[in-house]
Amino acid sequence: MEIKDKAKMIPIPSSGILNENDIGKQPILECINLGIEFGGLKAVDNFNLTIGRTEIAGLIGPNGAGKTTIFNLLTKVYQPTHGTILLDGKDTHNMNTVQVSRAGIARTFQNIRLFSNMSVEDNVKVAMNNSMNYSLAEGILRLPRYWGQEKKAHNKAIELLDFMGMADVADVKAGSLPYGAQRRIEIVRALATDPKLLLLDEPAAGMNPSETEELMHNIKKIRDEFQIAVMLIEHDMNLVMGICEGICVINFGKVLAKGTPEQIASNPAVIEAYLGSSDD
Amino acid sequence: MKKLLRKDNIKNLSSYILVIVAFVVCQILIGAKAMPSMYQSLLIPVCVYIVMALSLNLTVGILGELSLGHAGFMSVGAFTGVAIALALKEVITATWLLLAVAMVCGAIMAAIFGVIIGIPVLRLKGDYLAIVTLAFGEIIKSLFTNLYMGIDPEGGFHIGLITKPEDLVEGSKMLINGSIGISGVQKISTFTAGFILIIISLIIIFNTVKSRTGRAIMAIRDNRIAAECVGINITKYKMTAFVLSAAIAGAAGALYSLNYSTISATKFDFNTSILILVFVVLGGQGNMIGSIIAAAVLTILPEALRQFADYRMLVYAIVLILIMLATNNPTLKMFFDKIKKAIRFKKKEEAKEDM
Amino acid sequence: MTFLSSLISGISLGSVYAIIALGYTMVYGIAKMLNFAHGDVIMVGAYVCYFAFNSFGLPWYIGVLLSMIICTILGVVIEKLAYKPLRAAASLAVLITAIGVSYFLQNAALLLWSSSPKSFPQKFFNIGGKSGFTIFDGKLEISYTILVTIICCVVIMIALTLFTEKTKLGKAMRAVSENKEAAQLMGINVNRTISITFAIGSGLAAIAGVLLCSAYPILQPTTGSMPGIKAFTAAVFGGIGSIPGAFLGGLLLGILESFTKFYLSTQLADAIVFGILIVMLLIKPTGLLGKKIMEKV
Repeated sequence: MEIKDKAKMIPIPSSGILNENDIGKQPILECINLGIEFGGLKAVDNFNLTIGRTEIAGLIGPNGAGKTTIFNLLTKVYQPTHGTILLDGKDTHNMNTVQVSRAGIARTFQNIRLFSNMSVEDNVKVAMNNSMNYSLAEGILRLPRYWGQEKKAHNKAIELLDFMGMADVADVKAGSLPYGAQRRIEIVRALATDPKLLLLDEPAAGMNPSETEELMHNIKKIRDEFQIAVMLIEHDMNLVMGICEGICVINFGKVLAKGTPEQIASNPAVIEAYLGSSDD
Repeated sequence: MKKLLRKDNIKNLSSYILVIVAFVVCQILIGAKAMPSMYQSLLIPVCVYIVMALSLNLTVGILGELSLGHAGFMSVGAFTGVAIALALKEVITATWLLLAVAMVCGAIMAAIFGVIIGIPVLRLKGDYLAIVTLAFGEIIKSLFTNLYMGIDPEGGFHIGLITKPEDLVEGSKMLINGSIGISGVQKISTFTAGFILIIISLIIIFNTVKSRTGRAIMAIRDNRIAAECVGINITKYKMTAFVLSAAIAGAAGALYSLNYSTISATKFDFNTSILILVFVVLGGQGNMIGSIIAAAVLTILPEALRQFADYRMLVYAIVLILIMLATNNPTLKMFFDKIKKAIRFKKKEEAKEDM
Repeated sequence: MTFLSSLISGISLGSVYAIIALGYTMVYGIAKMLNFAHGDVIMVGAYVCYFAFNSFGLPWYIGVLLSMIICTILGVVIEKLAYKPLRAAASLAVLITAIGVSYFLQNAALLLWSSSPKSFPQKFFNIGGKSGFTIFDGKLEISYTILVTIICCVVIMIALTLFTEKTKLGKAMRAVSENKEAAQLMGINVNRTISITFAIGSGLAAIAGVLLCSAYPILQPTTGSMPGIKAFTAAVFGGIGSIPGAFLGGLLLGILESFTKFYLSTQLADAIVFGILIVMLLIKPTGLLGKKIMEKV
């Protein structure tokens, strides 16, 4: 509750990525000179970015530009070879993936990674593991704490699923659902970790226009309801231009441009490297 | 209340019912002296192998890692259990209590071995993990074949590797005697104890699976990276599953060894590990009722095939191959699925007609 | 001299392991399966040679050739009947089938040839009535069996490397092991390539069987199991799927075992060898020459 109240007081940065001084309060994420090398190849180099507490930010760039790699660096799936990541002002240097998750970064994956043999509800409950603390023995013996926390988890899972309109498939095996539904469940699962920053990797991939429309609505709803920051990688320009308040364009692992959607749309370098190439 | 009738709940419930019904039927048959002695002597081994299959299914089916050395944990439990039973024979006179203590000690010792082995094993993946479990199984076998343990009249333990401990005074008693193993074991295992052990194992496994621990373990199995990204501590939960599996196997080992008058390490070799793995795979990974049925049938089958004498193991091998082909070949599988569907369809039609 | 003689007997034992491990590793590389029946093919090979030599009085090279032919056929038949139908199945299902095949071979051998151990002709590779030669003024005796074993292993290793590097079929094998679908699209007959791999692996198993029993002349239906398991660990140790890895792994395992027996303990040799193997795998989790596979996120 504290965080929510605090967040409400912070003005949403209009172009948080554009100008690092633009944010009045502690930004949720600051990347400083972030980079990683794979055997001499600089996949991401000198990446600087700031995201406000309740901002929806877009990360775009041509295929192979290093977008997903940045997500992997933020979640410590890869360890950065240089640079600093500050999450809510805290250095994540010595953290691993699990600790980063607990510190408040949740993500979805470009190639869906659900727990496909488990039910949808269990998928969501896995992400609530750290908010429960009954022991294995209590679980086996089914002591009161087990029932209490499980009931809470069940209610929260259903609530979150309902939020994305998925409550009716709670008992279905996650792997058997259609593509679009699986993407939505990944978002619900990420939300279940109580994140401060939600990373969405191509959330609209494979969706039709009406599904994308609904997704845009949902992303906004998530931000407004939970008062968290959202950063997304997406190729669908309608979605990016439609909901992102700040956009960062990268190419060959380097930042090409940062700004509001209007600024990005009119930036010649971006049009040259990215937007232009797809139209011509 | 709809929740209670969910598919997996029904499946769990039917496992309990199956075990209880089978136990009651066996007891009635024994009471009525209607069970041939050959089958009667199989009751405890069947219970043991069911528990072994259940525990291995926790590693293979729920955690999703292949273990080729599960008999090693059985061995640890067996030797610990027998040694405890021999040492405490005079202290605890009630045999059921002695058996219970032996089984608990077997489980604890196997769990300790589970931790020691789990630390290196769980850092590896796939076939490399499998080969290291195999190696540990062989190491445990090799150590126990060369282990000598004696107890002097004052109750002090003396342990020797390869050779008998030299400081043994006269009047001491050898507990473990190298490759001969342990002899003069008091047979205190009972069918009822086996039944209770199965029920306890089922409770532990089912309730673990339906707890946050079980969900975390299965999440690691389904997608390790996604599990990490939602904050699941991979090592901790892998270890939990592995050690739990080892502990249950240890208890089963103690029950097994206290059913025979002698026990040697060679009984728990690679072939035993494989045998248990066969139960798990045939019964279905993660499918506990399948493990129970497969373990029971495949333990009884070779004995029931006695009339084929020398051919029985050959028949067993062929049956095993045919079952694997029938359940895993796409063409055959489709054929069976069609039959299943046809039956289901017919049932539905009948139900409609009834309405 | 104990050091030298234990080293030489270790190399010899390691050579046998290496030849068996090659069979494991080739099949694994191409079919992604652990062929647990491989050890029992060795046993069959040894029996065939034993009967050819003892019962029919055929010269040793005919015996070896015969056992190679029979094992090759056996390997291909096993592949066709038991493994091919499971090409798309889960690896654990294939593993259990392989175990079934292993049981089958052991029990068939038990029925055919009984469980009583046969003593394999020890003076198999005698030259001029002598079983070996001495060097260093008679201080070190090397038997011809050891010499033949080591030479065999080296020749096989070189031949296999040349085969996979230079010939069309060898290249096809490497392509299939890299990517089955892509290989198929390039016009490679995947099923035939897999069959040939089994044939080669089983032919090598026959040689390994003869060499193994020449050095340890007790032949019974379970003869192949333990060397099979050890060669399998050697293959993993070297990095499963890698041909030089199998060679190196087998050789190291043999030397390790020999040294352990000479210097530490005969009884605990297995425990120590497996222990060292575990430590090595922890340092190099994908074996000595195995490829490190990074999961793409």
